[in-house]
Amino acid sequence: MKSEIKTYTRPQIKLLLIFDHGVLILGAAFMILPVLMLLQMTTMPDLFNMKTGPSLAIGDQLDDNFRKAMFEADGFSGANTGVRMLWNSMILGLGFAAGKIVLGMMAAYAIVYFRMRFATFAFWIIFTTLLLPLEVRILPSYEIVQHLGMLNTYQGLIIPLIASATATFFFRQYFRSIPEELIEAARIDGAGPFKFFVDILVPLSQTMIAAMFIIMFVYGWNQYLWPTMITTDEDMFTLVRGIKQITQSLEGTSLPEYGRANMLALVAILPPVLIVIFFQSWFVKGLTESDK
Amino acid sequence: MAQVTLSEITKVYPNGFTAVHPASFDIPDGEFVVLVGPSGCGKSTMLRMIAGLEDISQGDLNIGTRQVNNVDPADRDIAMVFQNYALYPHMSVRKNIGYGLKNRKIDKDEIDRKVREASTMLNLDDYLDRKPSQLSGGQRQRVAMGRAIVRDPALFLFDEPLSNLDAKLRTQMRIEIKALQRRLGVTAVYVTHDQVEAMTMADRIIVMNEGRIEQIGTPVDVYNTPETTFVASFMGAPPMNLMAGNIAGGKLRVGEEPIAYDNLPHSGDVTIGIRPEDIVPDERGDITIDVTLVEELGAHRLLHGTIAGQDISIHVDKDNMINTGALRVSLKPNAVSLFDAITGKRLT
Repeated sequence: MKSEIKTYTRPQIKLLLIFDHGVLILGAAFMILPVLMLLQMTTMPDLFNMKTGPSLAIGDQLDDNFRKAMFEADGFSGANTGVRMLWNSMILGLGFAAGKIVLGMMAAYAIVYFRMRFATFAFWIIFTTLLLPLEVRILPSYEIVQHLGMLNTYQGLIIPLIASATATFFFRQYFRSIPEELIEAARIDGAGPFKFFVDILVPLSQTMIAAMFIIMFVYGWNQYLWPTMITTDEDMFTLVRGIKQITQSLEGTSLPEYGRANMLALVAILPPVLIVIFFQSWFVKGLTESDK
Repeated sequence: MAQVTLSEITKVYPNGFTAVHPASFDIPDGEFVVLVGPSGCGKSTMLRMIAGLEDISQGDLNIGTRQVNNVDPADRDIAMVFQNYALYPHMSVRKNIGYGLKNRKIDKDEIDRKVREASTMLNLDDYLDRKPSQLSGGQRQRVAMGRAIVRDPALFLFDEPLSNLDAKLRTQMRIEIKALQRRLGVTAVYVTHDQVEAMTMADRIIVMNEGRIEQIGTPVDVYNTPETTFVASFMGAPPMNLMAGNIAGGKLRVGEEPIAYDNLPHSGDVTIGIRPEDIVPDERGDITIDVTLVEELGAHRLLHGTIAGQDISIHVDKDNMINTGALRVSLKPNAVSLFDAITGKRLT
């Protein structure tokens, strides 16, 4: 006898699935639309862009704009080419992320593992700096950097930004989840504070470091105000700061170079996107994995 | 390999709580000592003080001829095995075992040789390049052991190393650890809350309760002649029967029930302790027990009942098909332990 049980396909669930994906796709399209618009405009001559704005036409100016964006400068010195700015941004992003991670880890290490008198107090002091972002203290910061003679230098660009309550906080939480016995075993194995940090804590924090790196790199890459303040030499411009320079030149007979600026904007988007894509799995692991 | 001497070792926490009251004992070279007691009795604190992971509030600790109160754990010439193994998760088995040697600036080839030696002894040769997460519980336990023996320490410290294993593996590792300690001849201090582990592994047992040492002795001593009612009830499963009794005119009674036990020097209220296996069913016995429940344990049977209104258990062979109801029993010679009714201390 054949089984009476029928296998139902459940249409309502499938509909729900389609709906879910529909919403997600719409959202993604909505987010990517401006990027596509940028891309479209980089293919058109500037005059066309000036007259009609974004359109559906695809022109032939892509390679020309790319060449202009990456290898031509618009300043007096001719130093702020796209390549140069990309390099500067890269140094800022990497230095910013590395600095924040190293400093945050060391601060968290001190707070979690050393019996200091005011460890908790120190932590909360660090934590309250979240309420004092750079924008609030920008004038004194500028003055200090200027007195130190660090205007228009990479260290001036990076160092004032690398104190990080966020990284300290994340590493503190992470270190606290590492079992006490591991520390004790290391002590008995003769690992001093430095060895314990380097041999055990740092390798254990790999995923956490990767996660922090992504967040901090993107954050550093997107810095705008501070680089604008302290870089006046054109060869120190970062991408995010340099794009502005190009669209501003609406004077005399020259047109704003939309195509070139848009191309630079696209270039500026790429590295953070690539980093997120490549480190995605680390990122998720770092923030969710807790069993050590 | 060394003798360990504790004198008046005390632990008082900053909040005023005394975790270990002054404790003194010697561990001769090569002896396997087990610290046993319920959780919170201070046994782990004691071990951690010996290891140097916990400060000693008062007293002297000597390992060998050296006073080590203020010596760093790494320099005490000890090795410790932790309850959750505490293996370094990012290092291979080889590196885990060799890490302590590496920190002591020992030559690479020498480390390699010693790690091999240890891994062979522990049957870990095939796993040297694995990470701890790729090992079973028993193997991780062995790696933890390897990390301890590779250093050739004067003293092994074990902090409940078997409590994360399943029952069968535990029995097996128990024997392995004991055999290994015998072979290496290294003095060992082993902490456990499991009285079976204590009985089977120890050369000498130290029973602790509420921060105090209740009794120190060989497993046989501790089992047969417990010094206090706590030891009597803690050691042995099922525990020793403890009943309120009375001595008058040299005769011992539980309630109105006389216990055949003469010429006692004491009088007044006492606590009577009798091991369940020291009570024998005997038709001509003078003591009557009302059996209310029979527990089948396979190899033997446990009869639960009352005598003069107080609970008592009797341990009989599996072939002894006694059922519930009144049962006449007699006692084996020297079966009765007497304790002070108030202090719980042994009287004879």
